[in-house]
Amino acid sequence: MRLLARDLACVEAVELVTDYLEGALSRRARRRYEHHLAACDGCEAYLEQVRATIRATGQVEPKDLEPETLDALVDLYRQFRAEDAAEPTPPTDEPEQGP
Amino acid sequence: MDDEGLLERLLAGDEAAFRELVERHHETLVRVAGLYVASRSAAEDVAQDTWLAVLKGVHRFEGRSSLKTWLLRILVNRARTTGVREHRQVPIDPTGTVDASRFAASGAWADPPEPFTEAVERRLDDAGLVADVRAAIDTLPEAQRAVVTLRDVEGLSTGEVASLLALSEGNVRVLLHRGRAKVRAAIEATVRGGVR
Repeated sequence: MRLLARDLACVEAVELVTDYLEGALSRRARRRYEHHLAACDGCEAYLEQVRATIRATGQVEPKDLEPETLDALVDLYRQFRAEDAAEPTPPTDEPEQGP
Repeated sequence: MDDEGLLERLLAGDEAAFRELVERHHETLVRVAGLYVASRSAAEDVAQDTWLAVLKGVHRFEGRSSLKTWLLRILVNRARTTGVREHRQVPIDPTGTVDASRFAASGAWADPPEPFTEAVERRLDDAGLVADVRAAIDTLPEAQRAVVTLRDVEGLSTGEVASLLALSEGNVRVLLHRGRAKVRAAIEATVRGGVR
């Protein structure tokens, strides 16, 4: 490609991976990056590693709650329901839900 | 059951549905609240406040966004108003995200990475690798941790993350880039170590 000012160095290419995957590179920058990838096993492997990293990160489940935290929130729920039941429903503009 | 099904059960007054929603989303809420307030206990308070607002407003949920996005929006609004500290501008760290010793003076790889997709796939089943990933996320600076959690763990779009955290999409990508690079390095260390 004749318009390339100069080849990317690998140390620069690794900083473009996220913008590349997010589709945030300009067309010119993307071409330059892909041109580098085509000739560089290391950077191709790096891109693949980042893709695998994203996939592995997607396997992380939220932490289990502390039982005390859950109990406290369920208490909050019960309190809310009890107060809700005790108070007359405030008038709203919304149409009543059918039975 | 999906979130929307649980929401319907919650509207019908089902406590178990509330419990399930809390189990699914509370940690995420606390984590995001931690970006706005100074302590874990303040973050817990904001998250708890959010659940109360959800109970009061659940009949107003219109399903135009996912439940998770709706929860996070309520949370962020509350965190901003109770905000012990304002959300700060994210400092941009100009250093490289890959250990400089991996490159030669020319900027080319001296110690190039090797593909690890297969090794990662093999280890996803045993909990070891996922535990390493979680540990790596836990040690990220808070802004990176929030962005990686929302984008890659929770699967929100970059636009949603930017809007929730009041950051530009460019800023989100910078944080995502730095966070992912550290998680990648942790996985590489595990795979290269090859002990597990």
